[in-house]
Amino acid sequence: MDILAQVITSFIATGAFGILFNAPKNTLVKCGLIGAGGWLVYYLVEGYYDDPVLGTLLATVFIAVLSQELAKLYKTPVIIFSVAGIIPLVPGGLAYNAMRNFVEENYNTALGSAAQVLMLAGTIAFGLVFSEVINQVIRKINERKLKI
Amino acid sequence: MNNEAERTYEIMEVCLLAGKIMLQSGGETYRVEDTMMRMAASFGIEKSHSYVTPTGIIFSAEGSEPTKTKLIRISERSTDLEKVAIVNSISRKISSGDLNSREAMKQLKEIEAKDLSFPFRMQVAAASLASGCFMIMFKGEWNDFLPSMIAGGAGYLSFVYFHRFVPIKFFSEFLAAFVIGLLSLLFVIIGVGHQLDKIIIGSVMPLVPGLLVTNAIRDLMAGHLVSGLSKGAEAFLTAFAIGAGIAVILKFL
Repeated sequence: MDILAQVITSFIATGAFGILFNAPKNTLVKCGLIGAGGWLVYYLVEGYYDDPVLGTLLATVFIAVLSQELAKLYKTPVIIFSVAGIIPLVPGGLAYNAMRNFVEENYNTALGSAAQVLMLAGTIAFGLVFSEVINQVIRKINERKLKI
Repeated sequence: MNNEAERTYEIMEVCLLAGKIMLQSGGETYRVEDTMMRMAASFGIEKSHSYVTPTGIIFSAEGSEPTKTKLIRISERSTDLEKVAIVNSISRKISSGDLNSREAMKQLKEIEAKDLSFPFRMQVAAASLASGCFMIMFKGEWNDFLPSMIAGGAGYLSFVYFHRFVPIKFFSEFLAAFVIGLLSLLFVIIGVGHQLDKIIIGSVMPLVPGLLVTNAIRDLMAGHLVSGLSKGAEAFLTAFAIGAGIAVILKFL
């Protein structure tokens, strides 16, 4: 039940972000589906291993690879699909905690949260790099298939 | 000879306009450069160089005559992915030879003048829906759904209005975050809202610089160090402005 609520809310949230970014109308549902899929990956992995870093990494790779394939299929730029999906993975809650602790002068707790925020932001970056590599490998394999 | 020079300038105009629209609408730097060079190549300029930063485009075309270079300054940037997609498809048509430079210029000018964005009411509705949903995704309770929807929608609305009033992006983000914090605090004090933290986190999400962050990383990866770093700096400033706006409210707690 909980998972169902998460999937539905993440679908609506990423689709709504598509509207804010003014994505073409016929891609809005696909944006939402990618976002929901990415969030489901994050939610399950994070819940199972209790590790947001691993969850963020896998979800980012999932979103980026899928959007690349969709972009090839529909001949549109990749960012249209990937951008809205990545947004839920941004560690907004942790950043908020860090800032709140800074304001309340609990500097030790604040620094801990800030370090986690940096870790997660770096993970998103690394996930994007990683998926770029995967895409290149897929392209190479396809080219080789064509040659044979 | 003269004719050829004129033709080169015409092609450069088309390429620069396409690049300008793409960059202003939030396209990645490498895509802008790539599109401009491809368009130039399919119009017959084999060797061209483009240098794109978030604030300007330099494009030069080599030919039999001396190399020509033009510069375009970009001052306004927004997010409009549909325009990126349309320019992309125009460039595809040019590459396949379906469009000549005159036609392409006409179509690009039409797109530049058009406002393709969703109606403003719909954007605010989307922002408030997204806020409510994000609140649930960040492990909030359903009884906070309506408060965070209202706070998020009001935050986005005030961001757009402040931005029209004072065209300094970071200041309007600061004010919008302040409005969100104030509303959330009010809701909790009245008793409509329950968890202040969750409401604020959810409502702030529509302001988060997600596109900038992903584009910054993509640019850095593709070797566009200047654009990547400057987009990263813009994203950081935005995040800082949002944080500062909320921090003012938290100081009152």
